[in-house]
Amino acid sequence: MRITQGTFSFLPELSDEQISRQIEYSLEQGWAVSIEYTDDPHPRNTYWEMFGMPMFDIRDAAGIMGELASCRKTFPNHYIKVNAFDATRGRESLRLSFIVNRPPREPGFALVRQEGPGRALRYTTRAYAADRPEGERYSGP
Amino acid sequence: MSAVIEPPPPADPHGTGPLDLEAEYRHSQVAEVLDGLERDLIGLVPVKSRIRDIAALLLIDKLRSTLGLSAGAPALHMSFTGNPGTGKTTVALRMAEILHRLGYVRKGHLVAVTRDDLVGQYIGHTAPKTREVLKRAMGGVLFIDEAYYLYRPENERDYGQEAIEILLQVMENQREDLVVIFAGYKQRMDTFFHSNPGLSSRVAHHIDFPDYSCDELLAIAHLMLEQMHYRLSPDADGALREYIELRRGQPHFANARSIRNALDRARLRQASRLFERRGAPISRDELITIEAADIRASRVFAEERAHER
Amino acid sequence: MNATAAEHKRTKTGAERYRAGVLKYAQMGYWQPDYVPALTDVLALFRITPQEGVEPEEAAAAVAGESSTATWTVVWTDRLTACERYRAKAYRVDPVPGSPGQYFAYIAYDLDLFEPGSIANLTASIIGNVFGFKPLKALRLEDMRFPTAYVKTFAGPATGIVVERERLDKFGRPLLGATIKPKLGLSGRNYGRVVYEALKGGLDFTKDDENINSQPFMHWRDRFLYCMEAVNRAQAASGEVKGHYLNVTAGTMEDMYERAEFARDLGSVIVMIDLVIGYTAIQSMSRWARRNDMILHLHRAGHSTYTRQKSHGVSFRVISKWMRLAGVDHIHAGTVVGKLEGDPNSVQGFYNVLREPHNPVDLQRGVFFEQDWAGLYGVMPVASGGIHAGQMHQLLHYLGEDTILQFGGGTIGHPMGIAAGATANRVALEAMVLARNEGRDIWHEGPDILAAAARDCAPLRAALDTWGEVTFNYASTDTPDFVPTPQVA
Repeated sequence: MRITQGTFSFLPELSDEQISRQIEYSLEQGWAVSIEYTDDPHPRNTYWEMFGMPMFDIRDAAGIMGELASCRKTFPNHYIKVNAFDATRGRESLRLSFIVNRPPREPGFALVRQEGPGRALRYTTRAYAADRPEGERYSGP
Repeated sequence: MSAVIEPPPPADPHGTGPLDLEAEYRHSQVAEVLDGLERDLIGLVPVKSRIRDIAALLLIDKLRSTLGLSAGAPALHMSFTGNPGTGKTTVALRMAEILHRLGYVRKGHLVAVTRDDLVGQYIGHTAPKTREVLKRAMGGVLFIDEAYYLYRPENERDYGQEAIEILLQVMENQREDLVVIFAGYKQRMDTFFHSNPGLSSRVAHHIDFPDYSCDELLAIAHLMLEQMHYRLSPDADGALREYIELRRGQPHFANARSIRNALDRARLRQASRLFERRGAPISRDELITIEAADIRASRVFAEERAHER
Repeated sequence: MNATAAEHKRTKTGAERYRAGVLKYAQMGYWQPDYVPALTDVLALFRITPQEGVEPEEAAAAVAGESSTATWTVVWTDRLTACERYRAKAYRVDPVPGSPGQYFAYIAYDLDLFEPGSIANLTASIIGNVFGFKPLKALRLEDMRFPTAYVKTFAGPATGIVVERERLDKFGRPLLGATIKPKLGLSGRNYGRVVYEALKGGLDFTKDDENINSQPFMHWRDRFLYCMEAVNRAQAASGEVKGHYLNVTAGTMEDMYERAEFARDLGSVIVMIDLVIGYTAIQSMSRWARRNDMILHLHRAGHSTYTRQKSHGVSFRVISKWMRLAGVDHIHAGTVVGKLEGDPNSVQGFYNVLREPHNPVDLQRGVFFEQDWAGLYGVMPVASGGIHAGQMHQLLHYLGEDTILQFGGGTIGHPMGIAAGATANRVALEAMVLARNEGRDIWHEGPDILAAAARDCAPLRAALDTWGEVTFNYASTDTPDFVPTPQVA
């Protein structure tokens, strides 16, 4: 399967050139770009690990592409996303967030159903990868 | 202290014939920057001519590359040497603008730093600091003032070396992303480059900033005063000339910077003088005029008198 | 102006004012051309069409009177009140550009005339008796300005645009939805199938239609159970948060609460109501949604009966403002390019009123008053009705990023199936946002961008082949009255 979180997951993988243009757009808007990674892609896993702090006061995408390269080098089999944060009053939230790295194989999720009264069901979504300890989830066969 | 200095608005994109040098020159709007350099900066004749040479080279390179006559990405890292107050930062700012207008850097801002911005105090502290500065400088010009402080041979575990190595890597591999300018006293820079041949070989342009002559410093003083809406009385003009002659011979002389400081102190004295005689009406003329006394009260003259005694 | 006409417009004072009998409304004090509205006043702009022979100022005064303290005759009991304060004041009347016989009347209301936090109370005054008043041929409420003091008596949207995006973890693009079709007749089991296919294919939301409640072909509990199975399955298949707007509209508040609670207990992120349940019921559901961390979707069923005609009724921009105060999170607000009424400028005016923290006066988009929303969350506008993937560049251009694009037929009617239809929409959307961010001129290059994206995506190719040429080009009825004057070069 392919996890389709993020702004551009339905498109073919973005090239570095394309990623760089999205970052450039974000910087032009005055947003702070940050890089996050995880090996637990549960749809409600809000807090991916931060690869350094959000990068404020950056003028050119090249500065951020360098960080992305080193994140990919350190975590080649993790999910990595690029976020752009807007601190404007009334927004103070992300404005763009897209996946730029994913493990070679994505095993996906199991849906666990617990039967309740009146045909009601309680659902739990579980990432197959999360059965393994953190850091080893996408390494082995 | 590091500072980000705003770039000029980008030049208009264009698409003219490949071999029209004049058109290329006009479109790049580099002429404005060069004229500005000529107009706004007093003296610095050899510096201005070197900047013109470099601009011409880059313009020709650009033209050649449209015909596929590339000589490889030109080396653009530079070294600005000279005593304090000789205009190195100001010229670096114009250089960033020229590079931007010719398309050799994408954003054209200048990030000015010193050793403290690049080098940490603990193990593992330096690389992130240097990288942080490089990230901010991407797309523009990184200006490292008193760059020789990065290298301290007397301490073999000095973290400065680590910063130099990271700088080297980026200077080599990301030439299209940023330009580095090293700046400082001539002699110490020479030693620095001598001890770091790797750096030296990557710096393509060495520009030496001479000290200002007495006349040039006086002209600078007039320009500064004009911008602040002051003027010198005829006597004060003579006093300032004497002041400059004396000050040049004393230690810690920093060219234009020393002149600015001297003028600031003279303004202070003028204000006290006017304040002392409050009650009497003050004319506009008095408010804008620096008198000889305001200059002659300087300790520079006092020291000179002490010498003579 | 002759002496009698001037006398008719002058406010009478003292004993003369309260002598038993009938006075002109203007004479009773409802026309005050010198009045300067206070920052705490509620302001309303009406489009009035007076009967023949009725002066526009008198008609405006009548509207002010009938929507505040007046009755048809003088009553002495006025003198037991601070009546001068409570009288609404018509303070300005302008002819409508290009529409002879119509006037814009500006009316100011003292804040004390309204109960805090009640749309029902507000509307009972502003659109109560006055709309049937005989001296007017027609009357339309065009816009309102609410003072900060009044805005702050409402809690506003339960979730709002920003929090909704954070909960769903979806940023940087419009959201995608679809209404399940056919509107009526599917069994719960078949209905859930459509939900599953559409969500798995790439939509963020699916939606009950306005008239899907609890009918013989599908009882509400059945619908909820099957839909939530579909939502959870699609969530596991994509790794994304998904939702289905479960319509909880019912005959009584008790039934609505029961349905909403069931939706909550099944893990739905969103419930839905129809505009026809009434303002008080909407405010109650907003409170419920706030207490239960649910997104509240509003379908504007019935609004066209009073919003569409330009001369009479209530403009949708006023409904938008009321609904932002009442506290819904989503509201259908027009598509510009689809099958339903919607002039581009008017629709953008609605969107701005719903989304922005502050609205400046923008006559070209029909916004007559400056409005500060005092920190009230924004409402996500929904574009729905006759739109398809081939219009993606137009939709993004007109409507911007904070919107939900709902392609019902454009998803379910796809020749390769529902999931393919959803994928086509999602790919078209992402490709368009990517291109826009790269600085491309999507308005002109849109079709090329879509064609390029379709090279990697067979479903999009099929969608463009099927609907690429479909447009709905009819003149709008609800258009702004102010057009920009061409600049002299």
